[in-house]
Amino acid sequence: MNRTAFDPHDVRGDFPILSRRIHGTPLVYLDSAATSQKPKRVLDTLATFYETSNANVHRAIHHLGEEATAAYEGAREILCRFIGAGDPTCCIFVKNTTEGLNLVANSWGRSHLQPGDEIVLTEMEHHSNIVPWQLVAQERGAKIRYVPITSDGLLDMEAFAGLLTNRTRIVGVAHASNVLGTINPVAEIARIAHDAGAIVVADGAQSVPHMPVDVTTLDVDFMAFSSHKMCGPTGAGMLYGRKELLEEMPPFLGGGDMIERVSKEGTTFAKLPYKFEAGTPDIAEVVAMGAAAEYLSDLGLDVIHTYETELVDYALEQISTLEGVRIFGPREGRASLVSFSFEKIHPHDLSEFLNQDSIAVRAGHHCTHILHDVLGVPATTRASFAFYNTFEEIDLLVRSCRKAIDFFS
Amino acid sequence: MSDLRELYQEVILDHSRNPRNFGRLENANHEADGNNPLCGDQITLFVRTEDGMVIDISFEGSGCAISTASASLMTEALKGKSIEDAQELFEQFHGMVTGDPMRESQSAQSMGKLSVLAGVREFPVRVKCASLAWHTFKAAIEEAVEPVSTE
Ligand SMILES: Cc1ncc(COP(=O)(O)O)c(C=O)c1O
Repeated sequence: MNRTAFDPHDVRGDFPILSRRIHGTPLVYLDSAATSQKPKRVLDTLATFYETSNANVHRAIHHLGEEATAAYEGAREILCRFIGAGDPTCCIFVKNTTEGLNLVANSWGRSHLQPGDEIVLTEMEHHSNIVPWQLVAQERGAKIRYVPITSDGLLDMEAFAGLLTNRTRIVGVAHASNVLGTINPVAEIARIAHDAGAIVVADGAQSVPHMPVDVTTLDVDFMAFSSHKMCGPTGAGMLYGRKELLEEMPPFLGGGDMIERVSKEGTTFAKLPYKFEAGTPDIAEVVAMGAAAEYLSDLGLDVIHTYETELVDYALEQISTLEGVRIFGPREGRASLVSFSFEKIHPHDLSEFLNQDSIAVRAGHHCTHILHDVLGVPATTRASFAFYNTFEEIDLLVRSCRKAIDFFS
Repeated sequence: MSDLRELYQEVILDHSRNPRNFGRLENANHEADGNNPLCGDQITLFVRTEDGMVIDISFEGSGCAISTASASLMTEALKGKSIEDAQELFEQFHGMVTGDPMRESQSAQSMGKLSVLAGVREFPVRVKCASLAWHTFKAAIEEAVEPVSTE
């Protein structure tokens, strides 16, 4: 195999946790799709903010308040560039992907959906891009349709086109599936959806951390993603929205920071993006999310994606040699994770076994009940990779799986 | 591997590979569903009671080795017991797997074969797997309408 020049050993030292040992054995962390590990630069940014610049944002007329506000708004600009949004006022800080998607469902959904309108989602959506829509659909009397997947885990694009009607208002799609690893053709989906008069809400939780993502080129109306999956801290995330839509949308949460003027008669709301940022945000986390985006940009998202593709190709090749294994998702062109199962070993038992060798994977349904129903398995085991993982770690995973097969059969 | 052998005793592996009393019970007069959302364990329990006695009991579903073995062992242990004794055993079992000394004290011997599951107390996330069948049994007997969830 002709491998890229990227060497994960050059960056592993940036991640203090990767030198941990568990039961005396070096940690093999293969659960980055659940949450990534954090480099020192991000951790230092968090600590430095609290040690030197801590103050509330957008409120204080004192030096620290100005510094904190500058750092917070600086992070918005970094992230705006990071996803090619063009205009920082279209970049709203939220807690995580889930909150971003709930914001769209509650604000745009509740103010636009009429009884009989239709929402098109895919069978591979994470619960966070299903449940908010089910809630609003029930309230507004709208219907939800699901785009089926093909046997190799791709979206059935023909079926998708067939599902669109003149009642379709919203198309919700994961840019990358957290179980199948499928990278969905979001630009094409947006073109087809727009032709049908629908808006597109993309879930970028598993794509933004791993590959170059440009919301302008993709031409999506909304995209949400989480800091904690892209080497940043928990508690921060972003919702990108198309300006025309954000401007006419009602607020999601009400309170401080999101108002222009409050009187007994009523309230006028602040301009974008503040209309959607009620209350004191996770300031330090947002600032550190900016540091995470810079860290990833310095490595290069294209370099990261190329290396992670090599990793996942190697993992697919090695895992497929295991006796009785079933691998889910496409063989190529996928995000850096592999979900698999064995007829005779439950994922929970397998991950318990791997844990004895200090290998961290995820077992379960990964917040995708609908997808697991479609796949016909109650649960899967998922190994997910980041650029700090090595080929040797995949060898360790496969070796430990082999021992587990002997143990349980 | 010593720790894992504690958890996955030979009896457990045997019951998970060849679960006893597996399948639907046609003349059941109690039935309940149980779910462990964390790992996707799912079980349906069928019980036939007469005059306060568990005459027959079986289960269906899919789950990890621990939950399958625990359900299998439970059906063996409960068949022929009075409902009252069964509920007493539930308490003891619960005490054993959670390591609660108050409830556990009542003599480990009375647990018989069930004692092979004592190892789960060292694996806190697996306690739910081991107790799912028992909670589902309780629900079946008490005619709960809602499916049981260990969450
Ligand atoms: C595809 C996808 N969407 C959404 C989410 C939800 O992310 P969060 O829990 O950060 O809101 C996840 C994370 O598990 C995910 O993998």
